[in-house]
Amino acid sequence: MKTLDQIEKELMQTVAGVHEPPAGAYNFRVNGESIGRQSSDNINVEPQENGLIITVKANTQDEVVHIPVVISKTGHKETVINDFYIGDNADITIVAGCGIYNCGPKNSIHDGIHTFHIGKNAKVRYIEKHYGAGPGAGKILNPVSKFYLEKGAYAEAELEQIRGVDSTDRITEAELADDAKILIREKMLTQGKQYAKSHIETILNGKNTVADIVSRSVATDESRQEFTLHIEGNNLCRGHSECDAILQDHGTVLATPSLDAKHVDAQLIHEAAIGKIASEQLNKLMTLGLTSQQAESQIINGFLK
Amino acid sequence: MLQVKNLSFSVGPARKRSTILNNLSLNIKPGEFVVITGPNGSGKSTLAKLIMGLEKATDGQIIFNKQNITDKDITERARLGIAFAFQQPPHFKGVTVKDLLQISATGHETFLEDNETDYKKLIETVGLDESYLEREVNNTLSGGELKRIEIASAIARQAQLTVFDEPEAGIDIWSFEKLVQIFKKFRDKAPERALIVISHQQRLIKQADRIIVLRDGQIALQGHPDDVLPQLQEANL
Repeated sequence: MKTLDQIEKELMQTVAGVHEPPAGAYNFRVNGESIGRQSSDNINVEPQENGLIITVKANTQDEVVHIPVVISKTGHKETVINDFYIGDNADITIVAGCGIYNCGPKNSIHDGIHTFHIGKNAKVRYIEKHYGAGPGAGKILNPVSKFYLEKGAYAEAELEQIRGVDSTDRITEAELADDAKILIREKMLTQGKQYAKSHIETILNGKNTVADIVSRSVATDESRQEFTLHIEGNNLCRGHSECDAILQDHGTVLATPSLDAKHVDAQLIHEAAIGKIASEQLNKLMTLGLTSQQAESQIINGFLK
Repeated sequence: MLQVKNLSFSVGPARKRSTILNNLSLNIKPGEFVVITGPNGSGKSTLAKLIMGLEKATDGQIIFNKQNITDKDITERARLGIAFAFQQPPHFKGVTVKDLLQISATGHETFLEDNETDYKKLIETVGLDESYLEREVNNTLSGGELKRIEIASAIARQAQLTVFDEPEAGIDIWSFEKLVQIFKKFRDKAPERALIVISHQQRLIKQADRIIVLRDGQIALQGHPDDVLPQLQEANL
Protein backbone atom coordinates (compact mmCIF):
# COMPACT_ATOMS: atom_id res chain seq x y z
CA MET A 1 0.00 0.00 0.00
CA LYS A 2 1.19 3.52 -0.78
CA THR A 3 2.62 5.19 2.31
CA LEU A 4 0.50 7.98 3.69
CA ASP A 5 2.21 11.25 4.54
CA GLN A 6 1.72 12.79 7.96
CA ILE A 7 -1.21 14.98 6.90
CA GLU A 8 -2.98 12.08 5.23
CA LYS A 9 -2.43 9.91 8.28
CA GLU A 10 -3.94 12.53 10.54
CA LEU A 11 -6.95 12.98 8.26
CA MET A 12 -7.48 9.22 8.07
CA GLN A 13 -7.17 8.88 11.84
CA THR A 14 -9.62 11.73 12.45
CA VAL A 15 -12.35 10.48 10.15
CA ALA A 16 -11.97 6.71 10.50
CA GLY A 17 -9.88 6.06 13.59
CA VAL A 18 -7.24 4.20 11.57
CA HIS A 19 -4.17 5.11 9.49
CA GLU A 20 -2.80 1.64 8.94
CA PRO A 21 -4.66 -1.13 7.08
CA PRO A 22 -7.08 -2.60 9.61
CA ALA A 23 -7.92 -6.26 10.03
CA GLY A 24 -10.85 -7.26 7.86
CA ALA A 25 -12.28 -5.62 4.79
CA TYR A 26 -11.25 -2.11 3.82
CA ASN A 27 -10.60 0.36 1.04
CA PHE A 28 -8.42 3.44 1.53
CA ARG A 29 -8.98 6.13 -1.07
CA VAL A 30 -6.53 9.02 -1.35
CA ASN A 31 -6.83 11.81 -3.92
CA GLY A 32 -9.15 9.78 -6.11
CA GLU A 33 -7.21 6.51 -6.08
CA SER A 34 -7.59 3.38 -4.06
CA ILE A 35 -4.24 2.94 -2.31
CA GLY A 36 -5.18 -0.27 -0.56
CA ARG A 37 -8.07 -2.66 -0.67
CA GLN A 38 -8.89 -5.95 0.99
CA SER A 39 -11.90 -8.23 1.20
CA SER A 40 -12.58 -10.64 4.03
CA ASP A 41 -14.18 -14.07 3.91
CA ASN A 42 -17.58 -12.51 4.44
CA ILE A 43 -17.25 -9.00 3.04
CA ASN A 44 -16.33 -8.53 -0.58
CA VAL A 45 -14.97 -5.13 -1.62
CA GLU A 46 -14.72 -4.68 -5.38
CA PRO A 47 -14.29 -1.60 -7.55
CA GLN A 48 -16.92 -0.14 -9.82
CA GLU A 49 -16.76 2.98 -11.90
CA ASN A 50 -16.10 5.85 -9.47
CA GLY A 51 -16.44 3.73 -6.39
CA LEU A 52 -17.05 0.38 -4.79
CA ILE A 53 -19.51 -2.45 -4.52
CA ILE A 54 -19.45 -3.92 -1.04
CA THR A 55 -21.26 -7.20 -0.55
CA VAL A 56 -21.77 -8.72 2.86
CA LYS A 57 -22.71 -12.40 3.10
CA ALA A 58 -25.87 -13.37 4.94
CA ASN A 59 -25.35 -14.12 8.66
CA THR A 60 -22.01 -12.29 8.84
CA GLN A 61 -21.52 -11.28 12.47
CA ASP A 62 -19.54 -8.51 14.18
CA GLU A 63 -17.37 -7.51 11.24
CA VAL A 64 -16.20 -4.01 10.38
CA VAL A 65 -15.44 -2.57 6.96
CA HIS A 66 -13.42 0.66 6.70
CA ILE A 67 -13.76 2.82 3.60
CA PRO A 68 -12.28 6.24 4.44
CA VAL A 69 -11.50 8.89 1.85
CA VAL A 70 -8.77 11.48 2.08
CA ILE A 71 -8.07 14.44 -0.19
CA SER A 72 -4.81 16.28 0.31
CA LYS A 73 -4.39 17.72 -3.19
CA THR A 74 -5.79 21.21 -3.74
CA GLY A 75 -8.38 21.49 -6.48
CA HIS A 76 -9.19 17.77 -6.42
CA LYS A 77 -12.82 17.08 -7.31
CA GLU A 78 -14.48 13.69 -7.21
CA THR A 79 -17.78 11.91 -7.12
CA VAL A 80 -17.65 8.55 -5.38
CA ILE A 81 -20.44 6.01 -5.73
CA ASN A 82 -20.47 3.15 -3.23
CA ASP A 83 -23.18 0.50 -3.19
CA PHE A 84 -23.65 -1.80 -0.21
CA TYR A 85 -25.54 -5.09 -0.26
CA ILE A 86 -25.98 -6.45 3.25
CA GLY A 87 -27.15 -10.07 3.46
CA ASP A 88 -29.99 -11.26 5.65
CA ASN A 89 -29.26 -11.52 9.37
CA ALA A 90 -25.83 -9.92 9.03
CA ASP A 91 -24.61 -7.63 11.79
CA ILE A 92 -21.83 -5.31 10.68
CA THR A 93 -20.28 -1.86 11.14
CA ILE A 94 -19.29 0.39 8.25
CA VAL A 95 -16.76 3.12 8.97
CA ALA A 96 -16.73 5.73 6.25
CA GLY A 97 -15.80 9.42 6.38
CA CYS A 98 -13.86 11.96 4.42
CA GLY A 99 -11.09 14.32 5.40
CA ILE A 100 -9.87 17.14 3.19
CA TYR A 101 -6.67 19.11 3.65
CA ASN A 102 -6.43 22.05 1.31
CA CYS A 103 -3.47 24.39 1.30
CA GLY A 104 -3.93 25.74 -2.22
CA PRO A 105 -6.06 28.27 -4.11
CA LYS A 106 -8.62 25.90 -5.62
CA ASN A 107 -11.61 24.24 -3.97
CA SER A 108 -11.33 20.56 -3.11
CA ILE A 109 -14.64 18.77 -3.43
CA HIS A 110 -15.84 15.30 -2.46
CA ASP A 111 -19.33 14.21 -3.48
CA GLY A 112 -20.18 10.78 -2.08
CA ILE A 113 -23.24 8.71 -2.89
CA HIS A 114 -23.75 5.69 -0.65
CA THR A 115 -26.65 3.34 -1.18
CA PHE A 116 -27.37 0.65 1.39
CA HIS A 117 -29.56 -2.35 0.62
CA ILE A 118 -30.05 -3.95 4.02
CA GLY A 119 -31.43 -7.48 4.01
CA LYS A 120 -34.04 -9.07 6.22
CA ASN A 121 -33.26 -8.81 9.94
CA ALA A 122 -29.80 -7.46 9.19
CA LYS A 123 -28.19 -4.84 11.42
CA VAL A 124 -25.92 -2.09 10.17
CA ARG A 125 -24.09 0.57 12.09
CA TYR A 126 -22.83 3.25 9.72
CA ILE A 127 -20.32 5.83 10.98
CA GLU A 128 -19.46 8.78 8.77
CA LYS A 129 -17.24 11.65 9.89
CA HIS A 130 -16.32 14.70 7.85
CA TYR A 131 -13.42 16.99 8.55
CA GLY A 132 -11.63 19.83 6.81
CA ALA A 133 -8.26 21.42 7.52
CA GLY A 134 -5.60 23.59 5.90
CA PRO A 135 -5.31 27.28 5.07
CA GLY A 136 -6.33 26.96 1.41
CA ALA A 137 -9.57 27.41 -0.49
CA GLY A 138 -12.83 25.53 0.02
CA LYS A 139 -13.11 22.15 1.68
CA ILE A 140 -16.44 21.00 0.27
CA LEU A 141 -18.28 17.77 1.07
CA ASN A 142 -21.64 16.75 -0.33
CA PRO A 143 -22.70 13.32 0.94
CA VAL A 144 -25.80 11.43 -0.11
CA SER A 145 -26.79 8.36 1.90
CA LYS A 146 -29.74 6.19 0.90
CA PHE A 147 -30.92 3.37 3.13
CA TYR A 148 -33.33 0.68 1.95
CA LEU A 149 -34.33 -1.56 4.84
CA GLU A 150 -36.07 -4.87 4.27
CA LYS A 151 -38.36 -6.57 6.77
CA GLY A 152 -36.96 -6.51 10.30
CA ALA A 153 -33.76 -4.70 9.30
CA TYR A 154 -32.08 -2.21 11.60
CA ALA A 155 -29.78 0.67 10.70
CA GLU A 156 -28.00 3.14 12.90
CA ALA A 157 -26.33 6.08 11.15
CA GLU A 158 -23.92 8.37 12.98
CA LEU A 159 -23.25 11.34 10.74
CA GLU A 160 -20.79 13.84 12.08
CA GLN A 161 -19.30 16.98 10.60
CA ILE A 162 -16.46 17.54 13.02
CA ARG A 163 -15.15 20.92 11.84
CA GLY A 164 -13.41 22.74 9.02
CA VAL A 165 -15.88 21.96 6.22
CA ASP A 166 -16.62 25.15 4.30
CA SER A 167 -19.71 23.96 2.52
CA THR A 168 -21.84 20.89 2.71
CA ASP A 169 -25.09 19.77 1.16
CA ARG A 170 -26.05 16.55 2.88
CA ILE A 171 -28.93 14.32 1.86
CA THR A 172 -29.97 11.32 3.92
CA GLU A 173 -32.90 9.19 2.82
CA ALA A 174 -34.43 5.97 4.15
CA GLU A 175 -37.25 3.67 3.17
CA LEU A 176 -38.38 1.03 5.62
CA ALA A 177 -40.29 -2.21 5.12
CA ASP A 178 -42.26 -4.02 7.85
CA ASP A 179 -40.68 -4.15 11.33
CA ALA A 180 -37.62 -2.19 10.22
CA LYS A 181 -36.06 0.50 12.39
CA ILE A 182 -33.62 3.30 11.72
CA LEU A 183 -31.78 5.62 14.09
CA ILE A 184 -30.08 8.66 12.64
CA ARG A 185 -27.78 10.77 14.79
CA GLU A 186 -26.42 13.85 13.08
CA LYS A 187 -23.89 16.23 14.63
CA MET A 188 -22.57 19.32 13.02
CA LEU A 189 -20.24 22.18 13.90
CA THR A 190 -19.78 25.16 11.61
CA GLN A 191 -17.44 28.10 12.05
CA GLY A 192 -16.34 31.23 10.19
CA LYS A 193 -18.49 31.72 7.10
CA GLN A 194 -19.19 28.02 6.58
CA TYR A 195 -22.50 26.84 5.20
CA ALA A 196 -24.19 23.53 5.89
CA LYS A 197 -27.42 22.14 4.58
CA SER A 198 -28.90 18.83 5.63
CA HIS A 199 -32.02 17.11 4.40
CA ILE A 200 -33.13 13.94 6.14
CA GLU A 201 -36.13 12.10 4.78
CA THR A 202 -37.52 8.81 6.06
CA ILE A 203 -40.41 6.97 4.48
CA LEU A 204 -42.07 4.50 6.80
CA ASN A 205 -43.79 2.16 4.37
CA GLY A 206 -43.93 -0.98 6.47
CA LYS A 207 -46.05 -1.98 9.41
CA ASN A 208 -44.41 -1.48 12.85
CA THR A 209 -41.60 0.64 11.45
CA VAL A 210 -39.68 3.08 13.60
CA ALA A 211 -37.56 6.11 12.74
CA ASP A 212 -35.73 8.09 15.40
CA ILE A 213 -33.78 11.09 14.12
CA VAL A 214 -31.78 13.45 16.29
CA SER A 215 -29.83 16.31 14.77
CA ARG A 216 -27.63 18.43 17.02
CA SER A 217 -25.57 21.30 15.77
CA VAL A 218 -23.56 24.32 16.80
CA ALA A 219 -23.36 27.34 14.50
CA THR A 220 -20.62 29.79 15.47
CA ASP A 221 -19.12 32.99 14.02
CA GLU A 222 -21.06 33.90 10.87
CA SER A 223 -21.87 30.36 9.77
CA ARG A 224 -25.24 29.28 8.47
CA GLN A 225 -27.02 25.94 8.80
CA GLU A 226 -30.26 24.76 7.24
CA PHE A 227 -32.04 21.58 8.19
CA THR A 228 -35.12 19.89 6.80
CA LEU A 229 -36.32 16.78 8.57
CA HIS A 230 -39.14 14.93 6.92
CA ILE A 231 -40.92 11.78 8.06
CA GLU A 232 -43.67 10.15 6.05
CA GLY A 233 -45.81 7.50 7.73
CA ASN A 234 -47.62 5.19 5.36
CA ASN A 235 -48.54 2.46 7.83
CA LEU A 236 -48.72 1.63 11.51
CA CYS A 237 -45.45 3.29 12.50
CA ARG A 238 -43.65 5.61 14.90
CA GLY A 239 -41.47 8.49 13.83
CA HIS A 240 -39.61 10.98 15.99
CA SER A 241 -37.35 13.77 14.84
CA GLU A 242 -35.50 16.25 17.00
CA CYS A 243 -33.48 19.20 15.83
CA ASP A 244 -31.45 21.08 18.45
CA ALA A 245 -29.02 23.85 17.67
CA ILE A 246 -26.81 26.12 19.70
CA LEU A 247 -26.06 29.56 18.30
CA GLN A 248 -22.90 31.46 19.07
CA ASP A 249 -21.67 34.85 17.86
CA HIS A 250 -23.59 35.56 14.63
CA GLY A 251 -24.34 31.96 13.67
CA THR A 252 -27.79 31.30 12.21
CA VAL A 253 -29.90 28.16 11.84
CA LEU A 254 -33.07 27.39 9.92
CA ALA A 255 -34.85 24.19 10.93
CA THR A 256 -37.87 23.06 8.96
CA PRO A 257 -39.66 20.01 10.22
CA SER A 258 -42.22 18.19 8.20
CA LEU A 259 -44.38 15.26 9.19
CA ASP A 260 -46.66 13.58 6.71
CA ALA A 261 -48.98 11.03 8.31
CA LYS A 262 -50.69 9.13 5.52
CA HIS A 263 -52.08 6.37 7.72
CA VAL A 264 -54.39 6.60 10.70
CA ASP A 265 -51.97 4.55 12.85
CA ALA A 266 -48.93 6.66 12.05
CA GLN A 267 -47.55 8.43 15.16
CA LEU A 268 -45.12 11.17 14.22
CA ILE A 269 -43.46 13.68 16.53
CA HIS A 270 -41.09 16.54 15.93
CA GLU A 271 -39.18 18.63 18.46
CA ALA A 272 -36.94 21.59 17.73
CA ALA A 273 -34.98 23.97 19.91
CA ILE A 274 -32.59 26.66 18.67
CA GLY A 275 -30.89 29.24 20.81
CA LYS A 276 -27.73 30.40 22.45
CA ILE A 277 -26.36 28.71 25.57
CA ALA A 278 -28.64 29.61 28.46
CA SER A 279 -27.09 31.82 31.12
CA GLU A 280 -28.45 29.39 33.75
CA GLN A 281 -26.32 26.63 32.26
CA LEU A 282 -23.19 28.80 32.28
CA ASN A 283 -23.88 29.97 35.82
CA LYS A 284 -24.36 26.41 37.06
CA LEU A 285 -21.03 25.24 35.67
CA MET A 286 -19.31 28.37 36.97
CA THR A 287 -20.56 27.57 40.48
CA LEU A 288 -18.69 24.29 40.04
CA GLY A 289 -15.46 26.21 39.42
CA LEU A 290 -15.31 26.44 35.61
CA THR A 291 -14.60 29.74 33.89
CA SER A 292 -17.26 30.98 31.49
CA GLN A 293 -15.09 29.82 28.54
CA GLN A 294 -14.60 26.38 30.08
CA ALA A 295 -18.32 26.19 30.79
CA GLU A 296 -19.15 27.03 27.15
CA SER A 297 -16.74 24.36 25.88
CA GLN A 298 -18.14 21.79 28.28
CA ILE A 299 -21.70 22.50 27.16
CA ILE A 300 -20.82 22.36 23.45
CA ASN A 301 -18.64 19.25 23.77
CA GLY A 302 -21.37 17.49 25.69
CA PHE A 303 -24.00 18.59 23.21
CA LEU A 304 -22.03 17.23 20.26
CA LYS A 305 -20.67 14.18 22.09
CA MET B 1 -16.06 32.78 57.74
CA LEU B 2 -18.62 34.92 55.90
CA GLN B 3 -19.44 38.51 56.63
CA VAL B 4 -22.13 40.39 54.80
CA LYS B 5 -21.77 44.11 55.47
CA ASN B 6 -24.50 46.65 54.75
CA LEU B 7 -25.60 44.80 51.65
CA SER B 8 -28.22 46.40 49.43
CA PHE B 9 -29.74 45.25 46.18
CA SER B 10 -32.20 47.18 44.05
CA VAL B 11 -33.71 46.60 40.63
CA GLY B 12 -35.53 48.65 38.03
CA PRO B 13 -35.12 52.13 36.55
CA ALA B 14 -34.16 55.05 38.81
CA ARG B 15 -37.69 56.46 39.10
CA LYS B 16 -39.24 53.09 39.95
CA ARG B 17 -36.39 51.58 41.92
CA SER B 18 -37.42 48.52 43.90
CA THR B 19 -35.29 47.61 46.89
CA ILE B 20 -34.92 43.88 47.45
CA LEU B 21 -32.26 43.98 50.18
CA ASN B 22 -31.76 47.03 52.35
CA ASN B 23 -28.51 47.55 54.23
CA LEU B 24 -28.38 43.96 55.46
CA SER B 25 -25.52 42.63 57.60
CA LEU B 26 -24.84 39.16 58.96
CA ASN B 27 -22.00 36.82 59.95
CA ILE B 28 -21.71 33.08 59.39
CA LYS B 29 -19.20 31.16 61.53
CA PRO B 30 -17.28 28.05 60.43
CA GLY B 31 -19.35 24.95 61.03
CA GLU B 32 -22.57 26.89 61.45
CA PHE B 33 -25.84 25.66 59.93
CA VAL B 34 -28.01 28.66 59.21
CA VAL B 35 -31.49 28.58 57.75
CA ILE B 36 -32.72 31.79 56.16
CA THR B 37 -36.46 32.00 55.99
CA GLY B 38 -39.18 34.60 55.53
CA PRO B 39 -42.16 35.40 53.35
CA ASN B 40 -42.04 35.38 49.55
CA GLY B 41 -40.29 38.47 48.24
CA SER B 42 -38.37 39.08 51.47
CA GLY B 43 -35.03 38.78 49.65
CA LYS B 44 -33.92 35.26 50.71
CA SER B 45 -32.97 33.91 47.30
CA THR B 46 -31.47 37.25 46.28
CA LEU B 47 -29.20 37.12 49.31
CA ALA B 48 -28.14 33.56 48.40
CA LYS B 49 -27.39 34.63 44.83
CA LEU B 50 -25.42 37.66 46.00
CA ILE B 51 -23.24 35.42 48.19
CA MET B 52 -22.48 33.16 45.19
CA GLY B 53 -21.97 36.09 42.81
CA LEU B 54 -24.99 35.26 40.65
CA GLU B 55 -26.20 38.81 41.29
CA LYS B 56 -24.13 41.93 41.93
CA ALA B 57 -24.87 44.04 45.00
CA THR B 58 -25.94 47.65 44.60
CA ASP B 59 -24.04 48.52 47.73
CA GLY B 60 -22.19 46.87 50.60
CA GLN B 61 -19.52 44.21 50.93
CA ILE B 62 -19.17 40.45 51.15
CA ILE B 63 -16.12 39.13 52.99
CA PHE B 64 -15.21 35.44 52.82
CA ASN B 65 -12.35 34.15 54.97
CA LYS B 66 -11.17 37.73 55.50
CA GLN B 67 -11.07 38.37 51.74
CA ASN B 68 -13.31 40.94 50.10
CA ILE B 69 -15.11 38.99 47.38
CA THR B 70 -17.71 41.64 46.50
CA ASP B 71 -16.26 42.16 43.02
CA LYS B 72 -15.24 38.56 42.38
CA ASP B 73 -17.15 36.53 39.80
CA ILE B 74 -18.91 33.21 40.29
CA THR B 75 -15.90 31.10 39.28
CA GLU B 76 -13.55 32.88 41.66
CA ARG B 77 -15.97 32.47 44.53
CA ALA B 78 -16.44 28.78 43.72
CA ARG B 79 -12.69 28.28 43.71
CA LEU B 80 -12.36 30.11 47.02
CA GLY B 81 -14.71 27.57 48.60
CA ILE B 82 -18.35 28.58 48.11
CA ALA B 83 -20.79 26.09 46.58
CA PHE B 84 -24.37 26.66 45.51
CA ALA B 85 -27.40 24.47 44.83
CA PHE B 86 -29.93 26.12 42.55
CA GLN B 87 -33.61 26.29 43.29
CA GLN B 88 -34.34 25.53 39.63
CA PRO B 89 -31.40 23.61 38.18
CA PRO B 90 -30.88 23.78 34.42
CA HIS B 91 -30.90 20.88 31.94
CA PHE B 92 -27.83 19.94 29.92
CA LYS B 93 -28.25 17.91 26.75
CA GLY B 94 -25.35 15.54 26.27
CA VAL B 95 -23.93 16.08 29.77
CA THR B 96 -24.37 13.03 31.98
CA VAL B 97 -24.96 13.06 35.71
CA LYS B 98 -21.49 11.60 36.13
CA ASP B 99 -19.99 14.38 33.97
CA LEU B 100 -21.63 16.94 36.22
CA LEU B 101 -20.40 15.28 39.40
CA GLN B 102 -16.91 14.95 37.92
CA ILE B 103 -16.79 18.64 37.07
CA SER B 104 -18.02 19.41 40.54
CA ALA B 105 -15.43 17.27 42.26
CA THR B 106 -12.46 18.08 40.03
CA GLY B 107 -9.78 20.49 41.09
CA HIS B 108 -10.81 20.77 44.70
CA GLU B 109 -8.53 19.76 47.53
CA THR B 110 -11.04 17.35 49.00
CA PHE B 111 -12.55 16.13 45.77
CA LEU B 112 -13.76 12.62 45.38
CA GLU B 113 -11.47 10.15 43.75
CA ASP B 114 -12.30 9.62 40.13
CA ASN B 115 -13.75 6.17 40.36
CA GLU B 116 -17.13 4.59 40.04
CA THR B 117 -17.51 3.80 43.72
CA ASP B 118 -17.32 7.40 44.88
CA TYR B 119 -19.85 8.62 42.33
CA LYS B 120 -22.07 5.68 43.11
CA LYS B 121 -21.98 6.55 46.82
CA LEU B 122 -22.65 10.18 46.06
CA ILE B 123 -25.68 9.53 43.88
CA GLU B 124 -27.00 7.05 46.43
CA THR B 125 -26.70 9.75 49.09
CA VAL B 126 -29.48 11.61 47.34
CA GLY B 127 -31.58 8.48 46.94
CA LEU B 128 -30.83 7.62 43.31
CA ASP B 129 -29.20 4.43 42.06
CA GLU B 130 -26.01 4.19 40.00
CA SER B 131 -27.90 3.81 36.71
CA TYR B 132 -28.50 7.56 36.92
CA LEU B 133 -24.77 8.27 36.52
CA GLU B 134 -24.95 7.54 32.78
CA ARG B 135 -28.18 9.45 32.20
CA GLU B 136 -28.13 12.84 30.59
CA VAL B 137 -29.12 15.82 32.70
CA ASN B 138 -31.97 16.54 30.32
CA ASN B 139 -35.74 16.75 30.35
CA THR B 140 -36.18 12.99 30.66
CA LEU B 141 -35.44 13.51 34.36
CA SER B 142 -38.29 14.51 36.62
CA GLY B 143 -38.11 17.76 38.57
CA GLY B 144 -37.44 15.81 41.76
CA GLU B 145 -34.64 13.76 40.18
CA LEU B 146 -33.05 16.88 38.77
CA LYS B 147 -33.21 18.53 42.17
CA ARG B 148 -31.55 15.56 43.87
CA ILE B 149 -28.78 15.60 41.27
CA GLU B 150 -28.35 19.31 41.90
CA ILE B 151 -27.92 18.65 45.61
CA ALA B 152 -25.39 15.89 44.88
CA SER B 153 -23.40 18.22 42.64
CA ALA B 154 -23.26 20.85 45.38
CA ILE B 155 -22.22 18.28 47.99
CA ALA B 156 -19.49 16.98 45.67
CA ARG B 157 -17.77 20.36 45.92
CA GLN B 158 -17.08 19.70 49.61
CA ALA B 159 -16.89 23.46 49.94
CA GLN B 160 -16.24 25.44 53.10
CA LEU B 161 -19.58 27.17 52.64
CA THR B 162 -22.49 25.62 50.76
CA VAL B 163 -25.63 27.57 49.97
CA PHE B 164 -28.82 25.65 49.17
CA ASP B 165 -31.57 27.76 47.65
CA GLU B 166 -34.90 26.16 48.60
CA PRO B 167 -33.68 22.56 48.29
CA GLU B 168 -37.14 21.24 49.16
CA ALA B 169 -38.87 23.03 46.26
CA GLY B 170 -40.18 20.59 43.67
CA ILE B 171 -39.23 17.38 45.45
CA ASP B 172 -41.58 14.69 46.69
CA ILE B 173 -42.17 13.73 50.31
CA TRP B 174 -39.77 10.77 50.18
CA SER B 175 -37.02 13.01 48.87
CA PHE B 176 -37.76 15.59 51.50
CA GLU B 177 -37.27 13.03 54.27
CA LYS B 178 -33.97 12.13 52.65
CA LEU B 179 -33.03 15.78 52.42
CA VAL B 180 -33.28 16.28 56.17
CA GLN B 181 -30.96 13.29 56.62
CA ILE B 182 -28.55 14.64 54.00
CA PHE B 183 -28.06 17.88 55.92
CA LYS B 184 -27.57 15.97 59.16
CA LYS B 185 -24.92 13.75 57.54
CA PHE B 186 -23.28 16.69 55.82
CA ARG B 187 -22.83 18.39 59.19
CA ASP B 188 -21.64 15.26 60.96
CA LYS B 189 -19.01 14.46 58.33
CA ALA B 190 -17.52 17.92 58.10
CA PRO B 191 -18.28 19.90 61.25
CA GLU B 192 -16.04 22.78 60.16
CA ARG B 193 -18.06 23.45 57.02
CA ALA B 194 -20.84 25.98 57.06
CA LEU B 195 -24.27 25.59 55.51
CA ILE B 196 -26.77 28.22 54.51
CA VAL B 197 -30.16 26.84 53.55
CA ILE B 198 -32.94 29.01 52.20
CA SER B 199 -36.13 27.26 53.26
CA HIS B 200 -39.72 27.52 54.39
CA GLN B 201 -39.86 24.00 55.79
CA GLN B 202 -40.11 23.69 59.57
CA ARG B 203 -38.45 20.27 59.66
CA LEU B 204 -35.41 21.74 57.98
CA ILE B 205 -35.52 24.92 60.02
CA LYS B 206 -35.49 22.89 63.24
CA GLN B 207 -32.12 21.37 62.30
CA ALA B 208 -30.42 24.76 62.18
CA ASP B 209 -28.04 26.28 64.69
CA ARG B 210 -29.54 29.63 63.84
CA ILE B 211 -32.55 30.93 62.00
CA ILE B 212 -32.49 34.26 60.22
CA VAL B 213 -35.88 35.64 59.31
CA LEU B 214 -35.96 38.19 56.51
CA ARG B 215 -38.77 40.64 55.91
CA ASP B 216 -38.75 43.45 53.36
CA GLY B 217 -35.06 42.96 52.64
CA GLN B 218 -33.94 43.24 56.24
CA ILE B 219 -33.38 40.88 59.15
CA ALA B 220 -36.59 40.77 61.19
CA LEU B 221 -35.56 38.07 63.66
CA GLN B 222 -32.65 35.75 64.30
CA GLY B 223 -31.56 33.21 66.88
CA HIS B 224 -31.78 29.58 67.90
CA PRO B 225 -34.80 27.65 66.53
CA ASP B 226 -36.21 27.16 70.05
CA ASP B 227 -36.34 30.93 70.48
CA VAL B 228 -37.24 32.01 67.00
CA LEU B 229 -39.80 29.41 65.91
CA PRO B 230 -42.46 30.41 68.49
CA GLN B 231 -42.04 34.07 67.53
CA LEU B 232 -42.18 33.12 63.89
CA GLN B 233 -45.49 31.36 64.37
CA GLU B 234 -46.83 34.17 66.50
CA ALA B 235 -45.90 36.79 63.96
CA ASN B 236 -47.15 34.52 61.16
CA LEU B 237 -43.98 35.06 59.13
